[in-house]
Amino acid sequence: MSKKPVTVRELEEIANRIRISVVKMIARSGTGHLGGSVSMAEILAVLYFKVLNLDPKDPEWPERDRFVLSKGHGCPALYATFAELGFIPRKLLMTLHEIDSPLQMHPERGLCPGIEMSTGALGQGLSTAVGMALGARIKSKAFRVYAMVGCGESNEGQIWEAAMFASKYKLENLTAIVDYNKFALSERTQDVMPLEPLYDKWVAFGWHVIETNGHSVSQVINAFDEARETKGKPTCIIAHTVKGRAVSFIEDTAKSHSVSMTAEQVQSALEDLGCSADDIETTLAQMKGV
Amino acid sequence: MVKRLAPRDVLGETLVDLGEKNPNIVVLDADFWPASKIGAFRERFPERFIEVGIAEQNMMGIAAGLSTVGFTCFASTLCVFCSRRACDQVVTSVCLPRLNVKIVGLYAGLFVGKNGASHQALEDIAIMRSIANMTVVQPADAIETEQMLRFAAEYDGPMYLRIGRDPRPRLVPGGYEFRLGKAVTLRKGKDVTLITYGDLVEDTLTAAEALAKEGVQAAVINMSSIKPIDEDAIVKAAEETGNIVTIDNHNIYGGLGSAVAEVLCENMPVRLKRIGVRDVFGKSGTEEQMQAKFGLGAEDFRKEVLAMLNAK
Repeated sequence: MSKKPVTVRELEEIANRIRISVVKMIARSGTGHLGGSVSMAEILAVLYFKVLNLDPKDPEWPERDRFVLSKGHGCPALYATFAELGFIPRKLLMTLHEIDSPLQMHPERGLCPGIEMSTGALGQGLSTAVGMALGARIKSKAFRVYAMVGCGESNEGQIWEAAMFASKYKLENLTAIVDYNKFALSERTQDVMPLEPLYDKWVAFGWHVIETNGHSVSQVINAFDEARETKGKPTCIIAHTVKGRAVSFIEDTAKSHSVSMTAEQVQSALEDLGCSADDIETTLAQMKGV
Repeated sequence: MVKRLAPRDVLGETLVDLGEKNPNIVVLDADFWPASKIGAFRERFPERFIEVGIAEQNMMGIAAGLSTVGFTCFASTLCVFCSRRACDQVVTSVCLPRLNVKIVGLYAGLFVGKNGASHQALEDIAIMRSIANMTVVQPADAIETEQMLRFAAEYDGPMYLRIGRDPRPRLVPGGYEFRLGKAVTLRKGKDVTLITYGDLVEDTLTAAEALAKEGVQAAVINMSSIKPIDEDAIVKAAEETGNIVTIDNHNIYGGLGSAVAEVLCENMPVRLKRIGVRDVFGKSGTEEQMQAKFGLGAEDFRKEVLAMLNAK
């Protein structure tokens, strides 16, 4: 499907709207993975509005590019992206984490349109993306496969099993993005389990590696362009990001991982993101127990 | 002399035949093809034979991903690594999205040559049958193995095929057709019903023959479909014989004996004896040594049945 031209400015606005939706969804739910959702906002905006070959009217179009959110807990941002794209109705976002909602706390294939794989048990999504990319190769299909891996998730050995395999099979149609926000659940990744030298590790595993600022729309676009042009090996984009980006009360802290926000914190977060007073008031009214 | 074939002796040729008929069949291997004897598929369809190396967790994920783009995946390694090593991948990547992955586990139960406890799958049935969307089957002989593979190629969803290592004679009746969730009566009897599957069907039939000489008519059921299990067949056996003995090449906790006990307690409580590995790890040894040490031979079964029937 040909994409409508989209400007850097428009992608930045989409990223901001993704963050606003995430804050509202988690406010409504009462709890959720805020920090690792908003750290991916620009990357998801670029992927879904610039990079991925998709049909917004048909999430199951067989020739579509695939995206697997290996760090499944970041799915509020993915659901918000789907609402921007039209895969799901916007009002569905406010059912996040409800027992019969398609928007479970970790994404489930088959429940929500656009979710390519059930993830949440960290370390597993990249392997499934590898399978999809290999499947495209065997079937001589042109679609590409993308997987978002967490930096904390990169502690899992299975990530490196998948990395070895993708290199062996020269899966040039596969791109992994590491959302390198420098935090795991409890503390900074350098304290939980040091990943450095991360660039060298992916190079040593046989991948083409690009380091980029994951909050710079233009840099992220360039990285995906370079990945698409890379032949004979898979590409890993190490996207340097900030956990809790643009939500000042938790930005760059371990506290941002899973949050239950007070009304004051919701107000502060939405003000950070430029929401109107009316919009904030409506959100606060929707919060459970408010 | 009756020809003896190991279930794995038919794996390669059956997969090749399925692969000829269906271009969407792929086989994944974790560095075990010489032992699992699927080398014929590797030679015939090198582009559809995926060697993942010694990385069973990755294998399950890759199979899951391949299945989403239309492949029917046969992912194969030892039972212990299918179930214990890759358990979370089987749950989250395969069964939660209910993908078309057939997990072919080799070396079921105690009989794994002299490989010993690390390679003896005594927990895999318990693990696999407690995972939603999973099905669990084990063939008694090479003929049933071939039928299960053909069934698996048509079935849409996850399956765990638990395959024994050692050769067996033909045990399933002529004209037999494997059906998921259906048990097969191999021998009729009115006094007691012996329910088993896989490697121990042969010795169970031998035990039933010996019991007949002592005036005990033992029915024998091959419960090759462990999940879903044939509840009707179990209830009917309880009604007809009033005594049930289960025989597991698996820990008594969580295996066929547990599954049968669940059905009986809820529907038709009768006397039940579970024979199996009694919550201990295995050992290195030959099949005969293992049967002697763990009480899993025909003579053990005969004695257990008589003890049960003679108990007041």
